[in-house]
Formats: sequence, structure tokens, C-alpha cells
Amino acid sequence: MAGATKSRLGRGGAARTRPAAKDPAWVRRLLIGIAVSFVFVFVALPLLLVFSEALKGGLGGYVAAITDEETLHALGLTVLVVLVSIPLNVVFGIAAAWAIARFDFPGKSFLVTLIDLPFAVSPVVSGMVFVLLLGARGVLGQYLEPYGIKIIFATPGLVIATTFVTFPFVARELIPFWQTQGAQEEEAAITLGAGGLRVLRKVSLPAARYALLYGVVLASARALGEFGAVSVVSGHIRGETNTLPLHIEILYGEYQMQAAFAVASLFALFGLVTLVAKWWLEKKSRLEREQTEEAAALR
Amino acid sequence: MSRSTRRGVLPGFGVSLGITVGYLSLLVLIPLAMVPLKASSMDAHAFWVAISSPRALASYKLSFGASAIAALLNSAFGVVVAWVLVRYEFPGRRILDALVDLPFALPTAVGGLALTTLFAKTGWLGEPLAKLGISVAFAPAGVCAALTFVGLPFVVRTVQPVLEDLDPELEEAAASLGASRWMTLRKIVAPSLAPSLLTGFALAFARALGEYGSVVFIAGNMPMKTEITPLLIMAKLEQFDYAGATALASVMLLTSFFMLFLINRLQARASRALETS
Repeated sequence: MAGATKSRLGRGGAARTRPAAKDPAWVRRLLIGIAVSFVFVFVALPLLLVFSEALKGGLGGYVAAITDEETLHALGLTVLVVLVSIPLNVVFGIAAAWAIARFDFPGKSFLVTLIDLPFAVSPVVSGMVFVLLLGARGVLGQYLEPYGIKIIFATPGLVIATTFVTFPFVARELIPFWQTQGAQEEEAAITLGAGGLRVLRKVSLPAARYALLYGVVLASARALGEFGAVSVVSGHIRGETNTLPLHIEILYGEYQMQAAFAVASLFALFGLVTLVAKWWLEKKSRLEREQTEEAAALR
Repeated sequence: MSRSTRRGVLPGFGVSLGITVGYLSLLVLIPLAMVPLKASSMDAHAFWVAISSPRALASYKLSFGASAIAALLNSAFGVVVAWVLVRYEFPGRRILDALVDLPFALPTAVGGLALTTLFAKTGWLGEPLAKLGISVAFAPAGVCAALTFVGLPFVVRTVQPVLEDLDPELEEAAASLGASRWMTLRKIVAPSLAPSLLTGFALAFARALGEYGSVVFIAGNMPMKTEITPLLIMAKLEQFDYAGATALASVMLLTSFFMLFLINRLQARASRALETS
């Protein structure tokens, strides 16, 4: 259920630390020590280890591992999957958020719960349901097979499974943003004669640009790294349906440790970029919120 | 908070709801319905045998046990991390805050690979632990380690905002009225944090139950010993035993629905508690 915590956008964040409520120095030191050790062992150390192992056999081996033909193919396939699944979920996210944040209708809170479903389901089960539906002997797949349409153990299956697991991200960011923002500006634009799509393009989406981007960043990180669901539908055909995370497993299974860690280091770098992007978006949206609040206070 | 408008001025209700429901049905609801559909075509006895085989029972025990331990670890340490991030000023606080999110930003396979090497007998942490006679990688403890990694952000990120909104003046008032620090923590801080801590625990637990990518590296995947339920489903799928996999998946899916329902209730309660405080 990655990302199932409340959005951090528009929160005060850890930026305002309050002076400690009179905890003695030794308590402070002890608690900071515990917190830092915990995060160090479970997060920082694994991260350092990825880079250390990737470069253990020298830079030559590292470059060779990354420019290997199968690795590059897996990278290309992973990028392709992300480039198809994320835009689909952006369109869905905008539609869902518009319906949920701008209108009242019966069953709304149930619909919001249903949108969260993919976070609650095990990735292995997520992959499995598409094998049951679209596999060669599946409920729909058996009718597609005579026409030579192959979805499972082929690229379309990878795209569908990835779209499933990243389904809630964009909607989850846009819904609370539009809800707190209110619809006054949009109603004004409509009253002045603008069409619905034009209002969406010129008013609603520009206002929500950081929330939208935040959702896209989280969804892309998940899509790039998805393992369980993709593993089920891929069939692990080397050079064909092997995405980059699956490629790590293959390299590991063949005891090509430096190569496995070299690929892992690409993800680690991307993960760090994701963290920076998140931090920047949280800062930007906080600044913007403060400005609108100030402007509202002045009025 | 919701200032939604009535169906009035704004256009696009039918289109947006139509896209939402259509897309949701095609991508999520119809595929998920395959599990009950396939399960209902199974003979009841075969279904029961599949979900109650010794290997399946061993996998539930490990999945639920290791997820509970990981979620407990994350709750205990997560509260400390959140407290330290909100209340104290120290060098590296920003970095600590950012690192908490890394398990969301890193593929679980990378986390699993790194933890395996870290805790292997020759690893940075595995070697000293092996001298003490503790093996983590390729043992149930390794499963706990991987599940702790994937669930690490949840408790911190649910408790942190509540702690930020908790006014230290309340604590100061209690102290000035003669309450000891311990009593203030117990009577004022703990009750305000409890709902969010419970939500964080449930989120971390639910995430850990379904996790596959990181565990597959570190567990060693020995049936009856270090095989979690998602792994057993995978093994059945690889043998094309779709019926057996579906039976186990229906157990997992029911648990997921229950957890989702529970988390929704907990979150609703936590946000009500936040509003009244």
C-alpha cells in the first residue's frame, strides 16, 4: 500500500520545529540516537551498500554491466511501460478527482474506497487476476488467443499490471487538493461563459499543478520499480518481457552480483532524485498555500 | 473541509463520473472479480484442502507473524523518529526526514537485494550477528527485516502531522500545574497520538502482508520454513496450478478487504479526533 499515507503536500512539514518541551539533554540524545540508528540500519546502510557493491569490481565492470544488451533492453521496456501506464492514470485521476471533489452524489465515499483497492491488494494477487482474465486459458483470453492476440507473458500484460498498481496515486493527490481549494474560481469562469474543458485547462489544472506532479512522481517511482505484479504476468522471457527490476532478480540468481548491484544503483539514484523532487514539490506547494492564505487575509 | 458544489454551475459531472466508473470497472473491479469467479467454480472440498494444507498454514503463520513483528517494530521506532523530527533540532534532521521516504521511492527488489547482502553471513551486519549465533538472511528474521523496510514510512508519516498539530503549550500547562513529565506524556501526548499510531500500524501491517519483491530475495524461500503466502501463490502459478493459487488468493483478498475497511474506520476516527482536539 505504498503511498497510502495521507498526502504530505501542503502540510507544514518538519519545517517548524518547536523548542523541545523541556526534555533533559540525555533524553534528547538517547531518542535522537535511537531514531538515527533505526533509519541508518534499515535505510541508509542498504543504500550505501548498493553503491559500494556496484563499484566493488571497478568502474569498468560497472559500465559493462549497465551497457549490457539485456540490461539496456530491460531499461527500454521499463521506460515504455511507465510512459504508457502513467498518462492513462493521469487521465483517470483528473476525471475521478473532478467528479469526487466538485460534485455530491450517493456512494461517493464508497467510490473513494474502491479507488484505494489496488493499494490494499498484494502485488502477486494483482498480477494473478490478469492471468485469470487475459491469459491464454483465461475468461477473456481464450477468445483472443485464436486471433494471435497475446497479452499475458507479453508487453501489454506488463502495461496493464503496472497501470493497476499505480492506479490510485494521481487521484489521491488531486481529490484533497481540489476539495480544500473550493470551486469559486471555476464557477466564476463558467458564469463568464468559458467551456468546461477550457476551465479545466486554464483554471483547475494550473492551480493543481504541484499536486498533479506530486502524484505523477509517486506513481512513476512505483511503476518503475514494480516487481510482484509484473513478475506474475511477465513470464520472464529474457530480452523480451524482462523489466529492469525482474532483471535484477535474474542477475542475482546467476550470482552476477556486481551487475545486479549496478542495476540496483540506477534505481537508487532515481530514488534519490524522487526524494529531491518530492521535497521540492512539498516546499513549492507550501509556499503557494501560504501566499494564498496571506492574500485571503488581506482581503 | 469539503466545499463541493451542488450539481449546478459546473459541467462535466456525467463525463467525469462515467470515465471514473468505466475505468475503475475495467481495470480493477472486473479483474478482481476473477478471484471469486474462479474460486466458485472449484469443488468446496478441493478449495478447503488448498487453503488448509500444512504448507499453506505454515505460510499464513509466517506472513501474519512476520508482518505483525515488522509493524510493531515500525510502531515503536516510528514514534521515536516522528517525535525527534518534530520536537528536536539537530544536525542532519532534514536528511533523516527525507530518508524516511526512501522505502517508497526505491523498488522493493532493490531493498531486498541490499538487505540480503547486508545481513548475509559475510555482510556488514550479518558477520557480527553470525558470531553471536544469529542468522537473519535466509531465515524468518530476514523476512521481518525486509517487511520492516517496506513499512518504515507509514507510522512516521501518520504520527508526524498529529505531533505537529499538538500544541506544546498543553504540555507546559500540565507541567506548570505540577504534573510530572512522565504523567504529561501518559495523559496528554499518548492519547492524542494513539489513533494515528494505530492507523500507522494497520497500514504497515497491511503493506507487509502483501509484500513480495523484497522478501523473495532475503527469505531463501524454503517451503514450510521461510515461505510467505504471496510466495506460495507464485509457486502455484509457476506450476500452472491456477485453482490452488486462486484459493490462496481469496484468503489474501479477504484479508486485504478487511484491512482496507479497518484502516478506513481508523482514519475516520483519527481525523475526527484531530478536529475535536
